[in-house]
Amino acid sequence: MTMSKILIRGAQILGGEPQDVLIDGETIEAVGTGLSAEGAEVIEAAGRILLPGLVDLHTHLREPGREDSETVLTGTRAAASGGYTAVFAMANTFPVADTAGVVEQVWRLGKQSGYCDVQPIGAVTVGLEGRKLAELGAMHDSAAGVTVFSDDGKCVDDAVIMRRALEYVKAFGGVVAQHAQEPRLTEGAQMNEGIVSAELGLGGWPAVAEESIIARDVLLAEHVGSRVHICHLSTAGSVEIVRWAKSRGIDVTAEVTPHHLLLTDELVRTYNPVYKVNPPLRTERDVLALREALADGTIDIVATDHAPHPHEDKDCEWAAAAMGMVGLETALSVVQRTMVETGLLDWAGVADRMSFAPARIGRARGHGRPVSAGEPANLTLVDPAYRGVVDPAGFASRSRNTPYEGRELPGRVTHTFLRGRATLVDGKLA
Amino acid sequence: MMRHLISAADLTRDDAVLILDTAEEMARVGDRPIKKLPTLRGRTICNLFFEDSTRTRISFEAAEKRLSADVINFAAKGSSVSKGESLKDTAQTLEAMGVDAVVIRHSASGAPYRLATSGWIDAPVINAGDGTHQHPTQALLDAFTMRRRLVGRDAGLGQDLAGKRITLVGDILHSRVARSNVDLLHTLGAEVTLVAPPTLVPVGVETWPCEISYDLDSVLPKSDAVMMLRVQRERMNAAFFPTEREYSRRYGLDGDRMAKMPEHAVVMHPGPMVRGMEITAEVADSDRCTVVEQVANGVSIRMAVLYLLLGGSEPAPTTPARTEESK
Repeated sequence: MTMSKILIRGAQILGGEPQDVLIDGETIEAVGTGLSAEGAEVIEAAGRILLPGLVDLHTHLREPGREDSETVLTGTRAAASGGYTAVFAMANTFPVADTAGVVEQVWRLGKQSGYCDVQPIGAVTVGLEGRKLAELGAMHDSAAGVTVFSDDGKCVDDAVIMRRALEYVKAFGGVVAQHAQEPRLTEGAQMNEGIVSAELGLGGWPAVAEESIIARDVLLAEHVGSRVHICHLSTAGSVEIVRWAKSRGIDVTAEVTPHHLLLTDELVRTYNPVYKVNPPLRTERDVLALREALADGTIDIVATDHAPHPHEDKDCEWAAAAMGMVGLETALSVVQRTMVETGLLDWAGVADRMSFAPARIGRARGHGRPVSAGEPANLTLVDPAYRGVVDPAGFASRSRNTPYEGRELPGRVTHTFLRGRATLVDGKLA
Repeated sequence: MMRHLISAADLTRDDAVLILDTAEEMARVGDRPIKKLPTLRGRTICNLFFEDSTRTRISFEAAEKRLSADVINFAAKGSSVSKGESLKDTAQTLEAMGVDAVVIRHSASGAPYRLATSGWIDAPVINAGDGTHQHPTQALLDAFTMRRRLVGRDAGLGQDLAGKRITLVGDILHSRVARSNVDLLHTLGAEVTLVAPPTLVPVGVETWPCEISYDLDSVLPKSDAVMMLRVQRERMNAAFFPTEREYSRRYGLDGDRMAKMPEHAVVMHPGPMVRGMEITAEVADSDRCTVVEQVANGVSIRMAVLYLLLGGSEPAPTTPARTEESK
């Protein structure tokens, strides 16, 4: 698509009444009914849902260091395929994104990719080692303009380091995103600790290892008057703690992954490491609590924790396998299945949890904006009636470690627009 | 009969009784001057041991050789595995060499299941112990030993362990022997009680078909067999219990405690024993202790399993009546 004007005709914006949206250049020029198609390429969008471009606050792009799993280019292509216009790239690369140099490199690679905006996340501590604060201010002041800091993959378990980080980033409006995992309680942990782990003889990963850190961190955030973000909440107990913290006025936000909204630890009975993930798949009770919390706003956003791994790291025995799942290209479908089809969220709710709220938490400028005239044309067009079986061979991601292979999921992103430019057209990367 | 033996939980009562009965026949072979059957002649079995276990490996090897199979022993140490080769590549390499069955021991729970179900190889897989998951031939040889002692060698044929009260004591959390025994003994109709300090009982145990007790003394008088599990000394460093001595005092089996058991009751141990820790020398060396029998029975059980998984179409080893059944 080379024309600068595009008319999306008859789409249901956030699931509302059909309307036309006219894009001119990088911005939305008009929204209304019966808009003139003159000089514009027309996309007939009857029956489709138009959402603000999705924003993922938790993506592993693996570059630099593990380009065998993903690169910024392949990861952003996967993002565009999944309807994302902005992703936050986690810091656990090789080298770790703990200096201005590395975050600027990732940021620049994102610019070059052109498929979606890449906002690097900076490490909280040097080398993710949890001992010494990284130069958070330098990363913020760099061209990458980092506002979200996380040691994701590892927990900032030292209470003093966590307190200092929470305090320090207030100077420039930053936020610390905590990977809540008490390390001593999870030594050798392989899966959720409970009935299934007892039977399978796999090292247990107790819910309390997550919940105790969240409880500590919301109290720390309250004490120092900072905001804190909790990555990938996975237990019913975590939900209760965050709900309590919010009721107390603590500035906490939380995310849930699509896989924790759908899958349970019963799947581990297959010993297939495609289900091995950190935090681990939990129980049905947890899944239902997470859905409810996402619906009522206790959990603010859906974030993919897209974690690509090469085939050999999953084609092995459970204990030897890497943790993580790819998720960018299936996230919206899983949310449709677990939240929309269950009646827990409408499409406006989906727009909030997958675009408005994550953009707000991450301070992503130009993203998570209303679909109205004058706004940047970051848009995602969805065909909710589509039904298809997940086939990882068709993924844009370099990795195939999806837990949904062979599963039927609803919905399909047909078009993605990044500042007026189509990155996805009829389900194909542009 | 199934194609693989991965978990004791996969066995039906009839499967298990058939294995025990077949093992009795195999045991008779062990009583002969020439302890060998031609059943698996020309078949190649690989003992794929990723974890050190001399006794289990030797037991399988003895069983395989008595059935006339060709045996390949593969130990992970000093092999390509230590150079980073994957389980998949190792297994495929072995199969390419024409292995008819794989006996696998692995430190990772689920490794035999992966080997059997991932499409990497076609050969039958026999689990010789995986991580803290399962050790089905151990459970079978334990059940065999119990049936002989508590029901009778001949009287036991065709019988299960209905109503027998079996107590397992020790590190349940890390024990594949405990998991396999709970599954199999329940299938065979026994009533199982697990005794351990609460730290060594897994969270999630509530769905297991057994009772849990923290008090050994109250369970002993109600036990027909008491199986002591090995407690590794390194558990102490992970704060599962304060000291070896405290563990021994509360959960060890000594002569005084053994006296609380009914007269017919036996003491079992899967070995290797840590004398002075979970069991005193006095108990280990007593007539009521079946440790040495268990080792002998292990060979018979493994012969039976290999015979049933691999040699089903061959003539059965001994009595004509059972030959018909085994077909």
